[in-house]
Amino acid sequence: MAEALAQEMRRDARVLMFGEGVATKRPELLAEFGADRVRNTPLAEAIIAGTAAGAAATGLRPVVDLLFAPFMTYAMDALVNSAGKLRFVSGGQFSFPLVTIAMSGGGWAVGAQHNHNVEAWFAHSPGLKVAMPSTAADFKGLLAAAIRDDNPVLFFADIGVLMQEGEVPPGEHVVPLGRAAIRRSGTDVTLVAYAKSVQACSQAADTLEAQGISAEVIDLRTIKPLDEMAILASARKTGRVVIVHEASRMCGVGAEIAALVAERAFDALRAPLVRLTGPDAPAAASYPLEQAFAPQPAAIEAAVCTLLRKRPALAGQVLATLDA
Amino acid sequence: MDRIRRYSKPLDSLQSMLLIRAYEERLAALQAAAGLPGTCISVGQEASAVGVVAALNGDDLILTNHRSAGHLLARGADPGRMMAEVMGKRTGYCGGKSGSLHISVKALGVVLTSTIVGGELSLATGVALSQRMLGRSGIVVCFFGDGAACEGIFHESINLASVWKLPILYVCENNQWQAFVHRRETMRTDRIASWAAGYGVEAVTVDGNDVQAVQTATAEATAHVRGTSRPFLLECSTYRLRGHFEPDDQSYVDPAELAAWRTKDPVEHMKARMLQSGELDAQVLAGIETEIERQIDTAVAFAKDSPYPEFDQMTTDVYA
Repeated sequence: MAEALAQEMRRDARVLMFGEGVATKRPELLAEFGADRVRNTPLAEAIIAGTAAGAAATGLRPVVDLLFAPFMTYAMDALVNSAGKLRFVSGGQFSFPLVTIAMSGGGWAVGAQHNHNVEAWFAHSPGLKVAMPSTAADFKGLLAAAIRDDNPVLFFADIGVLMQEGEVPPGEHVVPLGRAAIRRSGTDVTLVAYAKSVQACSQAADTLEAQGISAEVIDLRTIKPLDEMAILASARKTGRVVIVHEASRMCGVGAEIAALVAERAFDALRAPLVRLTGPDAPAAASYPLEQAFAPQPAAIEAAVCTLLRKRPALAGQVLATLDA
Repeated sequence: MDRIRRYSKPLDSLQSMLLIRAYEERLAALQAAAGLPGTCISVGQEASAVGVVAALNGDDLILTNHRSAGHLLARGADPGRMMAEVMGKRTGYCGGKSGSLHISVKALGVVLTSTIVGGELSLATGVALSQRMLGRSGIVVCFFGDGAACEGIFHESINLASVWKLPILYVCENNQWQAFVHRRETMRTDRIASWAAGYGVEAVTVDGNDVQAVQTATAEATAHVRGTSRPFLLECSTYRLRGHFEPDDQSYVDPAELAAWRTKDPVEHMKARMLQSGELDAQVLAGIETEIERQIDTAVAFAKDSPYPEFDQMTTDVYA
């Protein structure tokens, strides 16, 4: 993230960053770009986000750090009602090239008011884009793309992923928004995930491979725009889809993906769709409970094994008809 | 092509106020006849709108709110395109996508109108930051009400503007009403201006029903903002003579208070002053009023005759 910020601030003088502790925590940016472009703010998310929206509409390209995703509840008006709607409402007179950064997800045992995966809320709000990377390389590349985008992009940093080390490509690195990555190619089942759940899926795929099951792992990288083609192509190839995310199940991103596959690739399905998600509960601070909140590799393996043994009657009939 | 309205003499201000009054009264009449969607009307607050806008430069930017017709018309917006927007027509300023509540006219410097009470306050700081960082000379003028001042965002906005030394003139149109609740039920003080000192911001309260007093106070306030690149709060004490949202029978309004404020009607006040001083004669005034009525007739006809947007407009302008 630091590399992406510096890269984009060098490239475009309109890019600036502010938020609570931004100048304090990023002395290297402050030293290179100065106090006008790297600013601390009061601890006041609503005005941080509102200022970003107002600045974006009038010529700047702000990046704001809102710290933890649950704090975004204070910033909802600026993000949802202003940045998300005022382009449309004004008949296209304004655009809002801004990025918000917020952490969420298990990994730091910070409890439910700091750890809450709210990405689906914003995917449901028109005018916004939502990115949530799973690798260090994508943290750099997706953040760079988010800063270059002319729309408001909500960049969610999974704390569990932030805590890990990973390779970051040197030099300019940009990963386009809206394009999923196939992390592992497979033929028997598709595992669709984002953020920390991509790693859980990859670990499960390793174990499954030892059992002779070939799993394809799709990393969404951006939730909105959603790479529908990547999901549908894989669903058509394997005929079995398991969707995995840490966020709660009800109206989560997984529901959207399940609906997409059911609507547009039903004929290719060989088994019911499966969602593995966090429970409909606030996340506990207690480390073992926090870790168990997100779907674990063992649960993914078990779900896949169940799918491969079972062939539901309805899908069987459809296939029989198609075969005939 | 939209042109910013110019103010060089008192009659310009009176004409602008008469236009706003005629436009809003016509809207209210059409609404009462169920011909139009309801709007938030600013009848009684014309002097505040015109007095402030008349004192601004062409490159200043205005942020306003749901009660915006006065600010827009004072700045030079075409009543026909405003009326078309209220009716949801394609020829409206926002292509019919705004309706009355969030009309912006970028060409006139009226930007980012938000109808979320306090939304304009949250955006003003960013607009002012752009003005300063991009080396633009125009200042930012943000209209809000006593209701918005009771939102947390007012306090966040004025505090950040003070800390960052942003060139914002905060204009609080204290019209005594917060939707359907009187201000005395929601505040312990009578003046929003008294709150500014806590944020290190200078403020004054002016008789918001006296257009010349407002214009003079605004000129002083904008000079302060331009000279110091610091925010300033101007409070216009005024009164919402009609309801929150048309149609509104105002059954919740104290008749004595309403009657008292009616005697301070800003449009009648300015008319009387100019007639008494001899700056204006009754016949000329009658001619101006007839011409404005004709202008409103034309605006209504234009709006009514305009087509609705095509259905494909439902999903355009969502993303850049």
